[in-house]
Amino acid sequence: MEFGPHLLLATLEGAVTAAVLALTAVGLSLVFGVMRVVNIAHGEFYMLGAVIAWYVAHMMGGHPALGFFLALVLAPLLVGAIAVLADVIILKRVDYDPERTIVATIGLLYIIQQLTLMTYGPEARPVEAPFNSRIALPWFEWGENGFQFYYPWGLSTTSYKLAVIGAAGVVLLGVWAMMTRTKVGLLMRATQADRDMALAFGIPVERVYALVFGIGAALAALGAVLIVPIQQAHYLMGADPLLLAFIVVIIGGLGSLPGTVLAALFIGLSDGIISVFFSPTLAKILATLLVGLVLVWRPQGLFGTRTA
Amino acid sequence: MTKLIKGTTRRGALKTLAGAAAGTAALPLWARYAQAQSSEPIKIGFQQHSTGIGAAYGRWYGRTTEAAVKVINDGGGINGRMIEVIAEDDGTDPKRGAEVVEKFANQHNCDVAFGTLFSHVVIGSSPRAGELKLPYFVVSEGHHVASGMLNRYTLQPGITDVKSQVQAMAPYVSENLGKKVTMIFPDFAFGHDHRDFFSAAIEAQGGEVLEKIAIPPTETSFTKYFPRIPRDTEVLYHVMVGPAVLTFVKELGEFFGPSSPAIFGFIDSLEAVDIASPGLEFLEGTYFWEGNPRYAQADQTEYDKAFRAAVGVDDNGASISDPTDVSTYAHMFGCWETLHVIKHGLEHSGYQGPGDRAKLIEAVEALTDFPEGHAHPQGAKIFNGKTHQVFGHQYISRVENGKLVRVHTTSIEDTLYPDEVDYTTQPL
Repeated sequence: MEFGPHLLLATLEGAVTAAVLALTAVGLSLVFGVMRVVNIAHGEFYMLGAVIAWYVAHMMGGHPALGFFLALVLAPLLVGAIAVLADVIILKRVDYDPERTIVATIGLLYIIQQLTLMTYGPEARPVEAPFNSRIALPWFEWGENGFQFYYPWGLSTTSYKLAVIGAAGVVLLGVWAMMTRTKVGLLMRATQADRDMALAFGIPVERVYALVFGIGAALAALGAVLIVPIQQAHYLMGADPLLLAFIVVIIGGLGSLPGTVLAALFIGLSDGIISVFFSPTLAKILATLLVGLVLVWRPQGLFGTRTA
Repeated sequence: MTKLIKGTTRRGALKTLAGAAAGTAALPLWARYAQAQSSEPIKIGFQQHSTGIGAAYGRWYGRTTEAAVKVINDGGGINGRMIEVIAEDDGTDPKRGAEVVEKFANQHNCDVAFGTLFSHVVIGSSPRAGELKLPYFVVSEGHHVASGMLNRYTLQPGITDVKSQVQAMAPYVSENLGKKVTMIFPDFAFGHDHRDFFSAAIEAQGGEVLEKIAIPPTETSFTKYFPRIPRDTEVLYHVMVGPAVLTFVKELGEFFGPSSPAIFGFIDSLEAVDIASPGLEFLEGTYFWEGNPRYAQADQTEYDKAFRAAVGVDDNGASISDPTDVSTYAHMFGCWETLHVIKHGLEHSGYQGPGDRAKLIEAVEALTDFPEGHAHPQGAKIFNGKTHQVFGHQYISRVENGKLVRVHTTSIEDTLYPDEVDYTTQPL
């Protein structure tokens, strides 16, 4: 394949990765920003979203769109509820102590993963996309007849992949609007700015915490429901998004939503492009290297604010 | 007056009992064993990929093993002794695999170990089996057994290796599909076997491999690799493993759209996956290697019928109880056949206990022909005692109306190659 179409294809693939990554990472970043909790189990909430999507789609039958759209609503709600429960039962009990919450969420990771293995099983199962048509993309060249379009072999995407990118954009806008334009967002930002002061002003901090943990997990689950018709639901699928989400959040700045989204775009696109032209391993190496550099030169992340 | 009678007291009795128990415990192991030998079960350690990327195979290897053990035990066991299978999950991980082998030898006191599929796990576990002198029967397809990479305690008598499989495919591919081939394979030992041996085999047929695309076995999205397929490719050769195989094949179809080259795949790319899954329609008319035809063929043998019934597989290669649970039919017969070879070897070596493990190895090495039958439902096989590798028929199937229909059967001779090792010269 020539360079131009090849680059376009790589960019499209990268954009899908970036879209889902942004959703997952924003969830992680939100939890850290407001609660100062490093949620190691975040990848498992993502996995649960995909697995629940499979169950819902499997039980619905009928047109694939029916099950899928139901899953799009149900999976984030259910996963959010599980996360709220985990917050109340576990995180609250360890007083949101930074070290102990890390250990607690590691435990949660294994519990969710192994329970899924015991019930859902070890196989990867597909969820049918609600719509999926192949779209051949044109490319242009300066030939003998001047400027003309043609359809290179293999340069294509699917309508569903484009929809994933669009849907992720809409959800991210929604999160932004919630944080800046609603009362819930105001309470969250107040809690983020100063927990004790917020408490003094009568903000139910514990309920805000539970809500934030639930929303964070629901965002991960939503990302997973979007990706599951492209990939498949598998009990180990949470590991990669967790690693990438951490990379994104560290680069973007822990707790900074715009930083997280930009970093997700950057990491997703570079992952797509580097793995097409060089190798997927190199893409991971470079991303990890970038994390190292950021931690050394700008520990608060590119968009983070230094906390005293 | 009362006379003091030195009789049995509770304390005294306990002392005597304790002494006797200590005495029994101090008896040499063989003395206790000799007493139990007639009823002691044969313990077979089953290294199972219950979790990790090999989990779908592990489940079906488990079901096949259970079925084979039931058949053997119902038929009177091995020299009258029942088989007891001790399954341990290796997580499809080489490090864990070696630990599992160690557990079989030291903790469970197994007579033999058996069942591993993924080549990196075999390569990781086999050295430990050799050190522990534990006969290790793998069902892996990898060429590492016959290449001489492993040791005298590792044998593969129930499934053919990749080198012989691809060598037998090359003539058919070059004559019927095309000579310019692009290969896509997983980036570990098993995939490298495909890359090396198919390249050599197709060149011997006057063809060439244009591009070799290696994909990490844990990869989940594939479109980004496909632009490397050269435009003048006539045949696309694919073999993929892991939980994302369905995504792989689906994205392959989306990439090519209506204008694809001829496609020849190893069924590994679709093991445990329903060919009728949405998005796989483009596979119609493409070709697959099958170790054992998944769909019951028109000329199905009675042995295949009995095998399907025993394992619980229907005519479409799926579980009888759940038609969406598709088996790893092209590979799992290997467990069935290997267990029958183990039975044969144990009986012919006059095996009594772990002390006779060396005798078992020698007895299996002496085997040569496995005729087609209830013990070998996939077909007749020839065993090479020097290379510890078995050779057998290979099948090529074409997707017709969403089902795999066998179009070619290779002879066993097509799959033979010169010996690369003589394990019998290694000390036992």
